[in-house]
Amino acid sequence: MMTQTWSRARIWALIGYAVAAAALFAAPLYLSDFRLNLLAKFLAFAIVALGLDLIWGYTGILSLGHGVFFGLGGYAMAMHLKLQASGGRMPDFMDWSGLTALPAFWKPFESLGFAFLAGLLIPGVLALILGYVTFRNRIRGVYFTILTQALVIITTTLLIGQQAYTGGTNGITGYTKIAGQSISSPDTKQMLYWITAAFLIIAFVLCRFLVKSRFGKVLRAIRDGENRVRFIGYNPALYQMTAFAVSGVLAGLAGMLFVLHVGIISPSMLGIVPSIEMVLWVAIGGRGTLIGAMLGAVLMNGAKSEISAQYPDAWTFIMGALFIVVVVFLPGGVTSLFGRLKFRKRSVSEHEQEAVRHSAV
Amino acid sequence: MSKKPSVILQCEDITVSFDGFKAIQGMNLTLEQGELRFLIGPNGAGKTTMLDVICGKTRATSGSVIYNSSDGVIDVTKKKEHQIAGLGIGRKFQAPSIFPTLTVFENLEIAMRQRRSVFATLFARLAAEDRERIEQQLVMIGLQDKASWRAGGLSHGEKQWLEIGIMLMQEPSVLLLDEPAAGMTDKETDKTGELLKEIAKQRTIVVVEHDMEFVRNFASKVTVMHEGKLLKEGTMDEIQSDDRVAEVYLGQRRNADASRSTA
Repeated sequence: MMTQTWSRARIWALIGYAVAAAALFAAPLYLSDFRLNLLAKFLAFAIVALGLDLIWGYTGILSLGHGVFFGLGGYAMAMHLKLQASGGRMPDFMDWSGLTALPAFWKPFESLGFAFLAGLLIPGVLALILGYVTFRNRIRGVYFTILTQALVIITTTLLIGQQAYTGGTNGITGYTKIAGQSISSPDTKQMLYWITAAFLIIAFVLCRFLVKSRFGKVLRAIRDGENRVRFIGYNPALYQMTAFAVSGVLAGLAGMLFVLHVGIISPSMLGIVPSIEMVLWVAIGGRGTLIGAMLGAVLMNGAKSEISAQYPDAWTFIMGALFIVVVVFLPGGVTSLFGRLKFRKRSVSEHEQEAVRHSAV
Repeated sequence: MSKKPSVILQCEDITVSFDGFKAIQGMNLTLEQGELRFLIGPNGAGKTTMLDVICGKTRATSGSVIYNSSDGVIDVTKKKEHQIAGLGIGRKFQAPSIFPTLTVFENLEIAMRQRRSVFATLFARLAAEDRERIEQQLVMIGLQDKASWRAGGLSHGEKQWLEIGIMLMQEPSVLLLDEPAAGMTDKETDKTGELLKEIAKQRTIVVVEHDMEFVRNFASKVTVMHEGKLLKEGTMDEIQSDDRVAEVYLGQRRNADASRSTA
């Protein structure tokens, strides 16, 4: 009987995923170019949210530094696009800063393939290094979180200070072409949207595989009791490092896609405030559920652009109020709403109530 | 058993000092294969610290813990916690420490004896014999009807049994239990004692315990610690008739009672 109800739930879930994927890919049919571009940006954010959920929602480690990983991906792609725009010659901002030749570390970014790999690997390796020095030495909780904030400040300071190489405060902008196509044409934009949607689905499938595997159970066990995990023979640091590195890679991927849709990357887009905002998407959507993290990113950013258009003066207050309401009344995030409804419909046994309560903690 | 019991764990001259305070001073403890040993003593005697040293939670300032594992003779004081656990020394803490958001079944699944690398757990599948093994364990700890419950929803006693189950899934040779019956009802305590007796048929168990009734009912050999040192070792009868033990306990009775009422 148990397996039967399971398989039925599974069928419904599969139908749900199929409908969602179809709606995602068909979006160019029912959205204007402007809204499609916005949605594409939100889908990129949803990829960061997935990665953050993996490390925070599932492993219990709060990173307020994902803007850095996001930004490193963004800069990798921006360097490629900038070189494309300037036809392989030195970008304009370097000229203004008095450079006479293209710096050596910029040259390989002429290749899209190299830029793409760099945009994945640089954030991944940085996350791995940060994870290695912290988790192995059992630095965790608020101390780890503060370190990630420090990483943000170091990175933004470096980017602003090295104006000749990074474009400074203005960042890198003024792109024209991607893979030989005009980057601003509606056809290219539509293609980029589909690419983003495809990457989001790949990221989701990857994360789902991770959290459903025994590896994912060990991650949740680490969240519940890191020491206990150690005394049943696992080395938590290796698991935390893996989760953090995957999370960094996903943020890098999102950063690259973001640059393609928005056409600029600058230090302010990976600073303290955006880094914290990313965590809020996950908190509001529902941490510990992948769907929640993605929904949170899309809904929050959708609400932000709608409300700021409608109420240009008051929108920050409305967003703040919305945030407080969700945190106070729905600590498990928006997705916990579905859980509550489902449990109310069925006859609620005591243990299920307990389960709901625990998932909200 | 016709085979002569062999030594499985030998703690030699263990000293632990915390900022100059000596929690344990030159303690010796020898465990034979398959024995159920109780470790008792007044508060602050160093019983829990002794378990911490063996499982690697606390580093000994000096001394060695020689473990006669199936892989050979090893001094575990040089090893990390997860390595010691992997060698077959399991630990249960005083407060039940289980994984509350995992189900009871999942708690046992991740504890199961298996390869513990990131790569291995990524592609691990639950084989039929694994499932059977977990189900047997569920029956042994009496939680077969609650396999799909979140562990956080179990009662206190059930959590304690689940933690014992978690330990047994690792198939350890030596189990270190810190007050497994603390906070249990009399009925639950008896059930726990029976469970320990059952387990001791195959494994070596060390139990730190305050509940003298429990010790009297289930102990074969008792080690008494006092102020970080070995005070007396022997059967329960020998311990009870020992003058020094009586003195230590009488002198400390008021404190011990106070701690029990707050526990």
